[in-house]
Amino acid sequence: MSKKKLYSFKLFLLVVPFIVLVLLFCYYPLYGWMYAFYDYKPPKDLADCAFVGGKWFASLVSSDVKIKQLIQVLKNTFAMSGLTLGTSWLPMLFAVFLNEIHGVKFRKFVQTVTTLPNFVSWVMVYSIAFSLFNSTGMLNSLLMKIGLIDTPILFLQASTHVWFTQWLWLTWKNLGWAAIMYIAAISSIDDEMIQAARVDGATRMQIIWHITIPSLLPTYFVLLVLNVANFLNNGMEQYYVFQNAFNKDYIQVLDLYVYNMAMGSGGYSVSVAISMLKSLVSLVLLFIVNKASKVIRGESIL
Amino acid sequence: MSQVKTKHKMHVSAGDRAVEIVCYIIYTIAAFLCLYPFYYIMINTISANDISARGDILFLPQNIHFHNYISAFRIEGLPQAFKISLMRTVLGTALTVFASAFLGFMFTQEKMWARKFWYRLVVATMYFNAGIIPWYLVMKTMHLTNNFWGYILPAIVSPFNLILTKTFVESVPKELQEAAEMDGAGVLTVFFRVIIPVIKPIMATVAIFSAVSQWNAFQDTLLLMTDTKLYPLQFVLYQYLNQASSLASLAQSTSSTASLAAAAATTQTTTSVRMTITVIVVLPIMLVYPIFQKYFVKGIMIGAVKG
Repeated sequence: MSKKKLYSFKLFLLVVPFIVLVLLFCYYPLYGWMYAFYDYKPPKDLADCAFVGGKWFASLVSSDVKIKQLIQVLKNTFAMSGLTLGTSWLPMLFAVFLNEIHGVKFRKFVQTVTTLPNFVSWVMVYSIAFSLFNSTGMLNSLLMKIGLIDTPILFLQASTHVWFTQWLWLTWKNLGWAAIMYIAAISSIDDEMIQAARVDGATRMQIIWHITIPSLLPTYFVLLVLNVANFLNNGMEQYYVFQNAFNKDYIQVLDLYVYNMAMGSGGYSVSVAISMLKSLVSLVLLFIVNKASKVIRGESIL
Repeated sequence: MSQVKTKHKMHVSAGDRAVEIVCYIIYTIAAFLCLYPFYYIMINTISANDISARGDILFLPQNIHFHNYISAFRIEGLPQAFKISLMRTVLGTALTVFASAFLGFMFTQEKMWARKFWYRLVVATMYFNAGIIPWYLVMKTMHLTNNFWGYILPAIVSPFNLILTKTFVESVPKELQEAAEMDGAGVLTVFFRVIIPVIKPIMATVAIFSAVSQWNAFQDTLLLMTDTKLYPLQFVLYQYLNQASSLASLAQSTSSTASLAAAAATTQTTTSVRMTITVIVVLPIMLVYPIFQKYFVKGIMIGAVKG
């Protein structure tokens, strides 16, 4: 082996430990998809379990009850992701109008304070929700004191408006942080363009509509495309901490459903089957939106 | 980006004025909604517990005392949870920062064998996910369930942080490394002596991201750990939120008996214990956050350009 080759190998050896970590924790779990084809019962080894082929996939749609449940879960997933997607312009709007405020200190203050919720965990968010909205929480004792209600309203146990309230919490947590990208983009808009428009007598709303927003749209589209690709991946943490016996039917998104199936009722194999389908659909979605973005905007996101 | 601040001393129309006033009102409300919940919980933990229980503490604390905090640390399991949270944050952050810096540097070394392939292999993991249950099952086969290292090892290599540092390293002039190599420095010496000192800003950004995510982590405990000794604060708090009454008695039994009147004000209630733990968990973030905000912003900007 030449000296050059040896050196290039030496460089590679230095990163091997890290490559091994990636293989173990990101690629090896793909092998875990095998469980979807076996009748896996936890204490046993996979090798001792019966191979059942596509049984679990078929079982997903085997009875009316199961189909109904799956449809409800899909409805929840689509509703929550749909709400997020449908309001994905909110952070942009937040940034645009924040920029209209002339007081620099006030602007910085708002920016700092509204990004803070992004850095607390969902458990914390739930704990805050609990303090404010449970039966003895802030809002209930306030409403009872001023005599608007006699018995506490069980906000957190409500089975109505679950999609909407979950969207509210998500927005409370993410809005300010999501706006940061747009705030930075706004500060890179050519100031001369704005001044020229102003000299021509444009009002603020006209400047926003014809200059600011058009220059933010590229950023918006990239994020939108990523959002679409993640349509099925809501994550489970938010919904897990907020779920209870009353709102369970409406809060179970796919990720949570997978968890509840496996950890709650021991259906490891069937839940692996679902999560496998979900991952494949997500991957296909990612390629489709990437392709679409290439065709429409001439830019790929991957 | 250039931050040219020009004051426009032009005549403003009534419409423009109205826009600004409406903005002030809306953003004041937004700021209030984001800040008040934290404030509310904080003032309630330091107010007399009997007044707090009546829901009378809305804007200012009353009869300030700190018994809630003193007795919180007497609750069984809480100091241990605090230790776990602290350990995983410190160790996890240190390793992630090192791995990101080292890999970010190594993947700029064009001489490395199959460099592009390995880099893509790592970055690709950002776009797919086997799912939590397959992940849990392989973690179990690797004996990382009920094992402290289950918190640390999977988090060491993070593609997002790797992209951040690699982008930053690429902006460092190549001549720096070349000059050091002329003097006979090997690749590791270059990394430790030349690269690390100049990429400190991005290492700080990665450190913050990683520390926050370790401190806030909840899901991995839920999946991997059944041993209560390995529960971090987040998880213990979650349990407390869901199991009601036993908690207050737990805290009470250990607090000293005082006169009855005084006891009412300082006796722990379920609510007071919950709120106190919430503050203990949130406070480090509240304190650190404003100081490091610029690092967060820098991080997300580089990530946005490259990701």
